[in-house]
Amino acid sequence: MIFGVLAALILVFGLLVVTTRNTVHGVLYLVADFLAVALLYAAMNSLFVAAIQVLVYAGGIVVLYLFVVMLVDLKRDPERVRAPGRRNAVGTFLAAAVLVELGCLGVWAALRPAAPPAAEYPGTVAEVALALYADYLIPFEVASVLLLVAMVGAILLARREI
Amino acid sequence: MVDQVVIPLLKILITLNATLVGVTFMVLLERKVIAWAQARLGPMRVGPWGVLQPIADIVKLMTKEDITPARADRWVFTLAPLVALVPALIAYAVIPFGPEVSLFGRRVTLQITDLNIGLLYIVSVASIGVYGIILAGWSSNSKFPLLASLRASAQLISYEVAVTMTLVSVIVSAGTLSMNGIVQAQLSQGVWFAFLQPLALFIYFVGGLAETNRAPFDLAEAEQELTGGFHTEYSGMRFALFFLAEYANMIVVSAVATTLFLGGWLQPFPSVQALAFLGFIPGWCWFFLKTFGFLYVFLWTRATLPRYRYDQLMRLGWKVLIPLALANLAVTGVAKVLL
Repeated sequence: MIFGVLAALILVFGLLVVTTRNTVHGVLYLVADFLAVALLYAAMNSLFVAAIQVLVYAGGIVVLYLFVVMLVDLKRDPERVRAPGRRNAVGTFLAAAVLVELGCLGVWAALRPAAPPAAEYPGTVAEVALALYADYLIPFEVASVLLLVAMVGAILLARREI
Repeated sequence: MVDQVVIPLLKILITLNATLVGVTFMVLLERKVIAWAQARLGPMRVGPWGVLQPIADIVKLMTKEDITPARADRWVFTLAPLVALVPALIAYAVIPFGPEVSLFGRRVTLQITDLNIGLLYIVSVASIGVYGIILAGWSSNSKFPLLASLRASAQLISYEVAVTMTLVSVIVSAGTLSMNGIVQAQLSQGVWFAFLQPLALFIYFVGGLAETNRAPFDLAEAEQELTGGFHTEYSGMRFALFFLAEYANMIVVSAVATTLFLGGWLQPFPSVQALAFLGFIPGWCWFFLKTFGFLYVFLWTRATLPRYRYDQLMRLGWKVLIPLALANLAVTGVAKVLL
């Protein structure tokens, strides 16, 4: 019941994000969307994940989006795309790939024998910490190095001379 | 039924009302404290020593005309004050005002809810408040509010890093994220974290001044440069909502500082036997006394220090406070492992 309502909200906000013409309003719908996702996590008793969702996405990343959208000159004509056909084809292919992947995951989850019952409070701080720093330490470190590389790359692109 | 619905609702009602009344009289206190600092009297006309001044202010704000500029984005313009105020108010949900007390034969905790991620909840809720300021500046469709809101949000984002880092070093000391658990940790370790983490307290308080846009970091409201600030185009009650949010945030910052560093509702030096006679004073009185102390320092700072320049503010945040907070966190971590 709660899941249905929240999922519907998330979908509606998601649609509004891509259909609204005013970009600032679009970003605001994105915030609402992320908050609804956080509520979904909270409804599943993963309070830690919910708080991180609000802190990192709604309160951090989207603030920077909003900065960019507010400061970019929207009256300027959009730059011409060199090959619109190719862009549309790649976009359609990627969207289809994601859809197929999600479908496969859904089918796999439905066919798989029922998962063992989760702990009483999944996603508490201790559990997340153990998963990140003990069970999945190497993927976690690789991901953080990837983020570091992205950060260095952004600085390199933004600064004319170094 | 009573435990699940009635008591929580009553707690929310009392907390919200106490906050709003507290905010109202904070305004009076601020005018009085600054007046005393400048050898003036402050408001004296309305009621004895001007104590009814806030009520006159509210009547004035509510009866003023509420203007929306013609070229403003009407929806966002209306939404912005609410977005600023609501996060400031819902942060009170996890603040422990006192120990468990028995009222009418029931055990009641003086806290709306004790989330096991209490501190993280406050940080994440506070990170939403910045939207109120950004949106107010943007939707006014006016130069100075936009500039002010950019200043304010850059400042908030920068200082959030240092503040969150100091909170992590407190969490490392306490071993829990629950607000009540942090108070209990100070009871069981027999020391306020202000003594274990004096640097963290300092960085937290400076960051708190910056995050609530208070002097000496009130660049978003620098009248000489910006004709007012992000709320220049607001009038009447919607203007007042921004001030409600600012003062409510000040109380949140003070209450969190009390809980994390001054032992929350614990009496001073609970492990010292000679001071045990202080036990007759209820816990919530200590809590309010300590919180009031922090609020007074907020006002005192404003009366004492001149405003920073914007580049000084950014340099202080990124080049002094964040490295200090990181060093403090590293030392805390090493000490925690070794001791």
